[in-house]
Amino acid sequence: MARKQKMMAVASEGGHFVQLMRLRPAFEGMETVYVSTNPGLASAFELNNFRVLPDANMDKKAKLLWVLIRAFFLVLKERPTHVVSTGAAPGFAVLACARLLGAKTIWIDSIANADELSAAGAKAKYVAHHWLTQWEHLTKEYPGLEYKGRVI
Amino acid sequence: MIYVTVGTQLPFDRLIRAVDEWCAVSGADVFAQVGPSDGNFSALKSESFITPEKADALMKEADLVVAHAGMGTIITATQCGKPLIIMAREFKYGEHRNDHQVATAKRFEDFPNITVVADEAELKQALDAFDTSASSPFAAGTKYAPDEFINNLKLLIADS
Repeated sequence: MARKQKMMAVASEGGHFVQLMRLRPAFEGMETVYVSTNPGLASAFELNNFRVLPDANMDKKAKLLWVLIRAFFLVLKERPTHVVSTGAAPGFAVLACARLLGAKTIWIDSIANADELSAAGAKAKYVAHHWLTQWEHLTKEYPGLEYKGRVI
Repeated sequence: MIYVTVGTQLPFDRLIRAVDEWCAVSGADVFAQVGPSDGNFSALKSESFITPEKADALMKEADLVVAHAGMGTIITATQCGKPLIIMAREFKYGEHRNDHQVATAKRFEDFPNITVVADEAELKQALDAFDTSASSPFAAGTKYAPDEFINNLKLLIADS
């Protein structure tokens, strides 16, 4: 039986989240829950459906493991049918857990990565149904990487 | 008012110190968000971290924004139509994990509201050249990504 579609849109605070906010019209018509690393973003961007994850980067494995555990329980509770992330490590964690639990996943690598993918972006290949860069020239260097446009 | 911001992850004292030195001479009204820095800055007002709401208010109020080459600031300043001076964090000075900000700065130097500076000397020259009494000649940018990208994403979501 088809479930009602639910989007989980994830990004770390700062540039990743600013990019996610520019994609909001793409989620129109879907129940959408936003996830980031700073609770203050909910009021700044007037988001009433907002969840918080701790921050981490791909270098610190212990912290990353903790984020993965938190992301797993978040996905288990919210049960999104779709996940979109503009990075970074917490977005990767949510994508990995959501994919495991059957969601469709889209990674949009940050526009900050013009010369090469970020550490999280390179690994996102293995957990994203659609693996996107915002720089068309990078599709030649990473087999499977797609370009569909950029946020600005 | 000049708003300086270097994000939350790492300090960027090379930029803050240069603005502070310039501020001591010019006497300009400068507020700087300096990140996890233990530097002492005497001429400018500074805080390590500010709330997203305060960052939003400072961005709207600012006559000029000075920042690292972070996409959050580049996008937000462009959305608000603010003139922006950016200096990239460099790996060789331990300012970031790699040199992606140098690449970012290069990619965005063509934006009409953006001035890219290579080092502290160029930063001070750009600050000297800026007239804070004039209103911004730049129109506010769009709030959302181009329609083509939004539509492509909708297709990916619908298809999957």
